[in-house]
Amino acid sequence: MLMEVKALSTEFKLKRGTVRAVDDISFTIDEGEILAIVGESGSGKSVTALSIMGLLQNPGRIAGGEILFKSQDLNKLSQKELQKIRGNRISMIFQEPMTSLNPVWRIKDQIMESIMTHMKVSQKEALARTIEMLDTVGIPSPAERANDYPHQMSGGMRQRVMTAMALSCGPDLLIADEPTTALDVTIQAQILELLYRMREKFGMAVLLITHDLGVVSEAADRVIVMYCGKIVEEADVKSLFARPLHPYTVGLLQSIPQIDDESDEPLYMIKGMVPNPLRMPRGCPFSDRCDRCLERCSQEMPKLQDVDGHKVRCFLYDVVSEGGHAQNE
Amino acid sequence: MLNYILKRILMLIPVLIGVSIIVFLIMRVFSPDPAPIVLGQHATQLATEAWRQANGLNDPVYLQYFNFITGALTGDLGTSYYTKMPVSKEIFARFPATIELALVAIVLASFFGILIGVISAVKKNSIFDNIGMLIALIGVSMPIFWLGILLIILFSGTLHWLPSNGRIDPMLQPVAVTGFYMIDSLIAGDMDAFTDTLQHLVLPATALAMYSMAIITRMTRSSMLDTLQQDYIRTARAKGISEGRVIRKHALRNGLIPIVTVIGLLLGSLLGGAVLTETVFSWPGIGAYTVTCILKSDFPVVQGVVLLIATIFVMVNLIVDVIYAFLDPRIKYSKVKG
Repeated sequence: MLMEVKALSTEFKLKRGTVRAVDDISFTIDEGEILAIVGESGSGKSVTALSIMGLLQNPGRIAGGEILFKSQDLNKLSQKELQKIRGNRISMIFQEPMTSLNPVWRIKDQIMESIMTHMKVSQKEALARTIEMLDTVGIPSPAERANDYPHQMSGGMRQRVMTAMALSCGPDLLIADEPTTALDVTIQAQILELLYRMREKFGMAVLLITHDLGVVSEAADRVIVMYCGKIVEEADVKSLFARPLHPYTVGLLQSIPQIDDESDEPLYMIKGMVPNPLRMPRGCPFSDRCDRCLERCSQEMPKLQDVDGHKVRCFLYDVVSEGGHAQNE
Repeated sequence: MLNYILKRILMLIPVLIGVSIIVFLIMRVFSPDPAPIVLGQHATQLATEAWRQANGLNDPVYLQYFNFITGALTGDLGTSYYTKMPVSKEIFARFPATIELALVAIVLASFFGILIGVISAVKKNSIFDNIGMLIALIGVSMPIFWLGILLIILFSGTLHWLPSNGRIDPMLQPVAVTGFYMIDSLIAGDMDAFTDTLQHLVLPATALAMYSMAIITRMTRSSMLDTLQQDYIRTARAKGISEGRVIRKHALRNGLIPIVTVIGLLLGSLLGGAVLTETVFSWPGIGAYTVTCILKSDFPVVQGVVLLIATIFVMVNLIVDVIYAFLDPRIKYSKVKG
């Protein structure tokens, strides 16, 4: 096991109250595995990534839990110790390739900075490695393009550069936070293909954060579905798509347009809105949007439990509920 | 780049023609007739007329302007009505004092302004930030002449640490080579003169720098706050480099790009002469002198000085734009179609 996140909670203390963006989540990532976290905006998936990286900015802070990376709790490390891991053993690529590179630095200097921070190499060796990495991620004539500034490259190219930078020190875990969201569809496919190829080549694990189930089905081994800072379902990718359990996951899958769908029915839409994070419902956060909501759903929070190899947080699958009646269908 | 600079220098010509026409007309429309001021109120009609004739003031205005501008093109800006000295000599005698003061002030203002601004941004809402912003607020609100007087009372009057007026002790005045006493004293190898020059500079430069520093501090703070929110700063942090390096290497260079413009504009206006500062500290610069000349209707001097200041202002802006291109690779002037 490469990483184990235990009961992680992350809070943002605002003037109007405290928002728990990530609420008591636990998961593991195995070496070489691609784990996807899926959820809407505000579901806490990006905050999870930033918590792992130790990059939360004020007023965000980790309220509790452990982030064990190779059995070492990242949450207990000082910023200095974290810096040795960040960009080195765990690296990250971001959603906005257009703005994620420093506009006044040449590409090569940005990648070389990463290499020279973590590896004891000469300037010359760092440059050689930079060009090699640019070549690996598919930048044509890398030796020349290394001298470019970010504005001289397209979005897809910049995401390749970000990937090269993130992989330049051979990390064990790559966190990709919506790496394809800002790109057009053909480029999205290329970047996903690139991530896949890099995983094959370097064998690192990938934590893929996305709201796009299409991306998940193509790339991931295992999937976590998050809603309002909580894990609502976890399963391997095949079984999640074949047999989603949580009504939220079901809703997400139903709202994907199907190209072979010939019926005239309008596309399914999950009713309602994500609740205000400052005024969370007492029970299941999805209860007021759920088509199959039970009476107790709005009263108490269901636990995450194992059902047929899935982990799911829903009373519908509460085989041995306190009242003694089974609701499983 | 070279093309761009040449183009900008050529654009100076219409600017200067416009400025010269405006100042020429304003002086002739709004200023009192110089003749009675020069000759005294008891001068005869005949003498006044003769003086006007001799100085070309009886010519039609367009002819006066033509004479002035052709003279200016050959480097002859005319002679002062009062001192009978060539205007260029008058300017050369005073302008270095203004430049010296302005440069020292802008260096002080930039250094402290950027320093306080950056720390305030990095330690946003801390005690340091609050104190820094208070100083900046005082700096923009306090009239320079009043600050000057306070400085004189404290450091010169009460403490006797620093001189309060002039550029140098007259006994130590170095041989004029460049007109900049700091440089001239070094050329002469006279360290006493050099220290004395510095001592004379401290108070007026501080008073003059205060306002610019306040502006630079506030601009730096807001620019840095904006820069620190950028995605590439997060990327830099994700690389695992130290926070100090993130700020120095990644945030500062991006954050300072807009500051360069501010410093350029401030320097441009400081070089135009700081009338109040020069008056309070009896600084023999161009600002106070020009005001006197305006009040005395010394047309040639005023015209010459305004032309010079306009030229310098445009040149400083050009230099700022050139520096811009070096700081920000996204700007390529050569591609700009004129």
